[in-house]
Amino acid sequence: MDTKLEPIVKIIQEKFSATFEEFRDEVHLFLKPEQIVEALTLLRDEHKFELLSALTAVDYYPQVSPRFHVVYQLTSLAQNLSLQIRVPVNGTSPKVPTATGLYGVANWRERELLDMFGIEFEGHPDPRRILMPEGTEGHPLRKDFPLGYEEPQFTFNFDEIGLQKPHPKE
Amino acid sequence: MTQIEEVSIEQFKHLVSARALTGETMLLNMGPQHPSTHGVLRLLLELDGEIIVNCIPDIGYLHTGIEKNMEAKTYQKAEVMTDRLDYMNPMGNNLAYVMAVEKLVDLDVPVRAQGLRVILVELQRIASHLVWLGSVGLDLAAMSMFLYCFRERELILDIFELVSGQRMMTTYFRPGGVWRDVPVEFEKAVRDFLKIFPARIDEYEKLLTKNPLFLDRMLGLGILDSATALSYGVTGPTLRASGVNWDLRKARPYSGYEQYDFNVPVLTEGDTYARYLVHIQEFRESLKIIEQALNKLPFGPVHSENRKFVPPPRSEIGVSMESLIHHFKLWTEGFPAPKASVYSAVESPRGELGLLLEGDGGPKPLRVHLRTPSFDNLSVLSHIVNGHLVADLVAILASIDIVLGDIDR
Amino acid sequence: MGVEQKLGDMGVVTTTLENVVNWSRTNAMWPMLFGLACCAIEMMAAQASNYDMSRFGMELMRASPRQSDLMIVAGRVSKKMGPVLRRLYDQMPEPKWVIAMGDCASCGGVFNNYAIFQGVDEVVPVDVYVAGCPPRPEALIHGVLTLYEKVNKEKFKDLAEKYK
Repeated sequence: MDTKLEPIVKIIQEKFSATFEEFRDEVHLFLKPEQIVEALTLLRDEHKFELLSALTAVDYYPQVSPRFHVVYQLTSLAQNLSLQIRVPVNGTSPKVPTATGLYGVANWRERELLDMFGIEFEGHPDPRRILMPEGTEGHPLRKDFPLGYEEPQFTFNFDEIGLQKPHPKE
Repeated sequence: MTQIEEVSIEQFKHLVSARALTGETMLLNMGPQHPSTHGVLRLLLELDGEIIVNCIPDIGYLHTGIEKNMEAKTYQKAEVMTDRLDYMNPMGNNLAYVMAVEKLVDLDVPVRAQGLRVILVELQRIASHLVWLGSVGLDLAAMSMFLYCFRERELILDIFELVSGQRMMTTYFRPGGVWRDVPVEFEKAVRDFLKIFPARIDEYEKLLTKNPLFLDRMLGLGILDSATALSYGVTGPTLRASGVNWDLRKARPYSGYEQYDFNVPVLTEGDTYARYLVHIQEFRESLKIIEQALNKLPFGPVHSENRKFVPPPRSEIGVSMESLIHHFKLWTEGFPAPKASVYSAVESPRGELGLLLEGDGGPKPLRVHLRTPSFDNLSVLSHIVNGHLVADLVAILASIDIVLGDIDR
Repeated sequence: MGVEQKLGDMGVVTTTLENVVNWSRTNAMWPMLFGLACCAIEMMAAQASNYDMSRFGMELMRASPRQSDLMIVAGRVSKKMGPVLRRLYDQMPEPKWVIAMGDCASCGGVFNNYAIFQGVDEVVPVDVYVAGCPPRPEALIHGVLTLYEKVNKEKFKDLAEKYK
């Protein structure tokens, strides 16, 4: 671990009784959903993590507890450090407090997570779908959502598949 | 399925001002088919006369499901998807992806492959900035810029075709190195380009930099201060035009960038013109890097000898049973990656292109998240256009350099 | 050179109306300025200096569907874009043609998933398919010339049947 990062991780660890993992010099801190806003505030204001590089989620279906990890990838420009915070959440319709008050970018990224994973962010100012059209059912990036693979049309099955395809009118 | 649903103002009530509800201001759709939205971006504008009161971007018209599709493919096969992500920067996307895979499975890359990667990625940066400059010119009715820029872009695409056989979607970088060594004509082609291009940059500058018509449409528009930029995750030339010196090539050198001597252009004005100047200066810096990398390019292998991840050459398959087994295993099953997650980022022409790659112990990734720079750069748009004219929106939108494939994924 | 030489001092040419109409349609075909994804960049390259599609009477890209007769679907069509594309097609005046440029527009290409139409022919009728990912500008020009051949063979009788 980077010598500059070590004290920061220690502070967070003690304050929130968090666990951490290390893999290829990357540090992942595990926090509870209710701690995330406080932790991000602390990191942004005290330790100069002013850039929220990525905000995404990982689905561990069929595992239920925790089903998702919400991932906050933070970057500090001043100290040239990276830190990843992971928030494990349970169940199929999890709720996490929003970070829009801290980072502007969280607005769109959280809408994306709502759209793609169905993770709700409490207190989000604009909870609409962002990428998929309104009225879509389900959340595409969940592991139980089908890929939607269609059989390609080749010479030998051209007619068979052609029958199922919609043909537009002139 | 092909019917458009009617949308009521109820959906956007919390985003527009109260005056829109009474009909005092007008709501206007710009896009998804509009010549200056650079693709299929839809902007819902609230207008007071010609002044923009609110701008609500609506994205997703090019949502391709790349992340989901990559999760259904093995590590080698998923790479073709990354080309089509940000289609101005296929080489850079390949680099971000192969670097993430190399980090995940801990794979070494030979020095020659790293040098080649740097040369090609910098050429790609120039090509991407050329398309940007051309389309900025087109949007501001300077059509000759478009013709000049695409003329030079063809030179770069010819080099790509030389090394990979494809003009745009090259998939030339592979985990552990590059596809195969460059042909002998490569060096001459790049040196020719290095000789031609500096004079061409001067030509562009002569046409635009002090052109009063261009200045009138660029100066002092869409001012983005550094605090807002950082809060909205803006990176790349847009951030550097706002006075923040942050370039991943300098801050966290990868692929041997630490050996090369180059500057990071930083301006403090934060307006569209500053963004234009940063792009122009980056042309010159990229040329510097290419020249040094070409001079330093050593001879040697171009991919790793680790046969568990890199397929053996064709010639070996006929004589070695082991190679045949490796070849078969790699192209049917793929290679397994550990159950862990890595985040690896590169500086794309638009900003920080990050890749969160999580393996589950098998040959397919559990999660691929692409942190694409245009997505975040666009999210700041609604904060910098308010109070400007609709005609200026075109210049501002062009200057932040968005690619819709990059946004919608 | 040209028509004067052939005519001599007669000043009269006889041909069929069909020939003249089809010839004029091919030589001033205005495509719609409408790019979706990667192929749009190659479409721009085809318009730009090196390939110069204006040699075939196509220098004018119209941003409005009302003024164009050719729709080049350059790129993948998502489920969100499909309805918009259909509306643009419906807004184009007759006669109109469609070129599906690239693998994604022709058959879905590498993206066989929930978000992409497996071929734009599920949304609008297509006249010419251009293969490639993305097709080279030459391939697009070839596609356009193939369309010209098709247009040159059109009969008034069939068109009258179609628009009845």
